[in-house]
Amino acid sequence: MTSSSNNDPSVFAEQLAVRRHWLLCAPALTVLFLAASGPLLIVLVYSFLESGEYGGVVWKPSVDAWFRVVFQRDIFDDTLSLADAHLKILWRSMRLSFFTTITTLILGFPTAYFIATRPQNSRNIWLFMVTVPFWTNLLIRTFAIMEVIRNEGMINTLLIFIGVIDAPVQMMNTDFAIMVGMTYVYLPLMVLPLYAAMERLDFSLVEAAYDLYATRLKVLWRVIIPLVRPGVVAGSILVFIPALGAFVTPRVLGGGKKMMLGNLIELQFGAGRNWPLGAALSITLLAVVMVALLVYVRTVQKNAELQR
Amino acid sequence: MQDNVNDAPANAHAPGVDIIAQNVVKIFGEGAGQVRALDDVSVTIHENEFFTLLGPSGCGKTTLLRLIAGFDHPTSGTIRLEGQDISHLPPYKRPVNTVFQNYALFPHMTVAQNIGFGLEMLGRSNSDVADVVDKMLALVRMGELRDRRTDQISGGQQQRVALARALAPRPKVLLLDEPLSALDYKLRKDMQIELKRLQHETGITFIFVTHDQEEALTMSDRIAVMSRGQILQIGSPRQIYDHPAERFVADFIGDTNFLIADVTSSAGGKARLLLSSGREVNADLPEGMTPSGRVTAVVRPEHATLVTPGEGELDGMLENVVYLGTDTHYHLKLSDNAPFVVRSQNQRNEDEVFAVGETVGIALESDSLQVLRD
Repeated sequence: MTSSSNNDPSVFAEQLAVRRHWLLCAPALTVLFLAASGPLLIVLVYSFLESGEYGGVVWKPSVDAWFRVVFQRDIFDDTLSLADAHLKILWRSMRLSFFTTITTLILGFPTAYFIATRPQNSRNIWLFMVTVPFWTNLLIRTFAIMEVIRNEGMINTLLIFIGVIDAPVQMMNTDFAIMVGMTYVYLPLMVLPLYAAMERLDFSLVEAAYDLYATRLKVLWRVIIPLVRPGVVAGSILVFIPALGAFVTPRVLGGGKKMMLGNLIELQFGAGRNWPLGAALSITLLAVVMVALLVYVRTVQKNAELQR
Repeated sequence: MQDNVNDAPANAHAPGVDIIAQNVVKIFGEGAGQVRALDDVSVTIHENEFFTLLGPSGCGKTTLLRLIAGFDHPTSGTIRLEGQDISHLPPYKRPVNTVFQNYALFPHMTVAQNIGFGLEMLGRSNSDVADVVDKMLALVRMGELRDRRTDQISGGQQQRVALARALAPRPKVLLLDEPLSALDYKLRKDMQIELKRLQHETGITFIFVTHDQEEALTMSDRIAVMSRGQILQIGSPRQIYDHPAERFVADFIGDTNFLIADVTSSAGGKARLLLSSGREVNADLPEGMTPSGRVTAVVRPEHATLVTPGEGELDGMLENVVYLGTDTHYHLKLSDNAPFVVRSQNQRNEDEVFAVGETVGIALESDSLQVLRD
């Protein structure tokens, strides 16, 4: 369209359509802005203030909170050292979230494939069953896992009963427990986007690959995985991000000993009474997520191009 | 040449035999909802043959193709390739490749990668694969599009890529599942000729599935006409067209006139028939049939001509005249109220001789009648 054709009715209609398009988007955009950007802005501002004595903030600008994300000051002689507790927690959060993403992918992929290859009418039943855990409160589900893996829980009782072990295996309050819990909680978030991608997969492509001498494993690697890659990406993002900020699961199954970022942040806003530090840590978490996403998407794109 | 449907076991080890299906039954589903997709099908397909499975949708032709490809396995019966029982081998262990109806090209690969896929899976070296891919691209005349993605080329080009991809590993048998149905008329005509050329140049056995009788007649060496999970007749296009053995075959292929007649005598594959007009004609019998009493016979519209009343074997009232450029179709009603169509090729400057509503005679060419197995 050239600018000289302003009187063209079709151009006018197009402009009208564009305007209507934005008008229709407006409510959603408003909500998004208020609900996402607003609180974020508050958190950002808080991170540059001083903390109040009983929580809250004092309206005095300060970078102390940011400083304390990475460094800690000795109480007695004011010497600086790295805040290794924070770094350790950050590292644990990233590591556990990463492995949770991997385990949900390994468990979710065959599950999604199974559902996508069922007859049309029974797929909905299977999908429905995937979403059933969402009906129960997260806390209750997490306590249920605790009941399974604690020292007097089902697994240990059973193993001792059949004589495989003499003393209970410590599973509670370990990284393992947190990972089991997070895998359980986030599995549906992996299955659903994977299923959506597989449902769109043209299974005659799978047959074509079999026909052209590809074994099952080759079909998986060369045809199915490349074609459902968008689902893998979406599922991984959907699992990794909430896992990184997980709060209830590490609290209950990690027993407060194995903290993750979410718990650390909660601590600052709660018992720690250091809102600015909590805010700064929140922004740090956000930054970590964004960097991780960027790296991930870049890698996936590069792999996709290499396959071309 | 006349293959009887049931003679497959006798040929089991004959040289030059590529595929033998023997008493193949395929049942889908269980209990009350089960469907008998193939009902005791036996067929022998020769080496280097263009063999067509022809029939309406749901007749079992695609099921038979999928059993040969290995995507499904027979409920009972065997499928042999060069004497070896392949009934339960997975598709990747059969030297058989398929051209799919929707082409099923890999969207994440280029044209060349698609064509090379089979060879790559067979573990050929990169230079070997590249070599064959070049040859295949030349064979289907697609050389300049080798690095395109498959969604960037037209339907006809996709069709060629699908063909090249299936031919590249040099299968013993190429299966084609209605590969031309998505193309428009002109392209379809071109591809029919192209397919014949490829089959001739490669010397590979082609098994072609279609519901288009014209396509089947044009391309095939032999045709198997299928209906309701059974093969009704196998033969060359000419045999199928001129000597249909069953009503379904006669009706499905070409235009047909059905005549009710009484057998007066029969011997040596021929019969004398008494037509409703009271005149007697000769007719061919299907193999092994000794008819008596009332039978149905067919005659093709182009094997009849209009003559003055009383001079032909039949008389009828002219109901409609349809001018089609090359031909004219005369729709008639016989004295026993049966419809009858006469097709005659048009000449230039021909005068309209017969008028609608007139009673006319119908002359049948000698030996143009075929009795059906009813």
